[in-house]
Amino acid sequence: MKRKHKRLLFVALGILILAAAASLILFAFKGNIIFFLSPTEITEKSKKNEISPQQRLRIGGLVEKGSLTKGVINRFKVTDLNKSIIVEFKGLLPDLFREGQGIVAEGRYNNAVFTASEVLAKHDETYMPPEVAEALKKSGKWKPTLEK
Amino acid sequence: MFNYFANPVRFLRLTSKLQPITMFVASVTIGLGLYYGLVKSPPDYQQSETVRIMYVHVPAAWMAMFCYVAIACSSAVALIWRHMLANIIAKSTAPIGASFTFLALATGSLWGKPMWGTWWVWDARLTSVLILFFLYLGYMVLYNAFDDQSRGARAAAILSIVGVINVPIIKFSVDWWNTLHQPASVIKMDGPSIHPSMLTPLILMAVGYTALYFWLLFVRTRAELNANKVRMMSIQQVET
Repeated sequence: MKRKHKRLLFVALGILILAAAASLILFAFKGNIIFFLSPTEITEKSKKNEISPQQRLRIGGLVEKGSLTKGVINRFKVTDLNKSIIVEFKGLLPDLFREGQGIVAEGRYNNAVFTASEVLAKHDETYMPPEVAEALKKSGKWKPTLEK
Repeated sequence: MFNYFANPVRFLRLTSKLQPITMFVASVTIGLGLYYGLVKSPPDYQQSETVRIMYVHVPAAWMAMFCYVAIACSSAVALIWRHMLANIIAKSTAPIGASFTFLALATGSLWGKPMWGTWWVWDARLTSVLILFFLYLGYMVLYNAFDDQSRGARAAAILSIVGVINVPIIKFSVDWWNTLHQPASVIKMDGPSIHPSMLTPLILMAVGYTALYFWLLFVRTRAELNANKVRMMSIQQVET
């Protein structure tokens, strides 16, 4: 085996081992890397008493249709189409915030109510002109995940 | 193939022709892309006019990853086949890639404030891109940290190959973990989820950024090769 073939083998093996190590680390840290929990996960965790009322956490999901009441304290439900959780938020909601829209809220979960100190709007990966969105809604080909 | 192009004289001859071509392609496509993106393309149904940041942000993020892979590949070639030119290409790519990464981070932050409601969050996508930026900086610092250039090149090459593990993490971060950043719109299994009227300027910008990268790369590599030549000549002069 020539020296450069040795070096090639060495670099290739190095990358393989590194990739294996990185995937193991990332797998181990899975719970810490996720940015938010879904309403289902929060409900399950709180059933198992894994969430303390002081603990700060983030909830992510869609704002349930027809659940928003605006006021000094905005109240709405966040759903993952399985479970939904009531969120209360005192402050200005972001521009993109609307019913059916994805959001991430940070705060505390206590007595089945999530009191948020910050609400961030999430948007999905679909981009289109407003007229196209209108036409899609009319023809019934609208993506169901947005409207449920 | 490496051996054929690893010859600096041949490289200089080839790039002297490619340099004006890439410059021309870059200015035309970026000019057209900006015009179509910022003026002609429609607003988005959700984000309205703010979506135009995408035409600057998304191709910059692509190039940030592309340049890093280019550094890692040429570093591997330099380590295995000991081609001097591969090191120079890697070294010349680093500041260009770092600039694209910075552009992606800055425009992303400017986009995040009006849309998400925050300049920055520590989600997997944003954090992994920030790590990419630091990898670029680390690469450049390490390359120049030794008195002996070839030792610096070797250390930096190893760093860049180790860091390449971050690239698939950036790409798939939005699929593996839930993040505030939305998943991919263009490069994904079931085709782009972006309307053709918006995809066209985006692709124009991507082509333009790529041409811009190669143009800058040729300028930088040629300058580096010429600087080497000058150094060699002055050493010879001292010796005679």
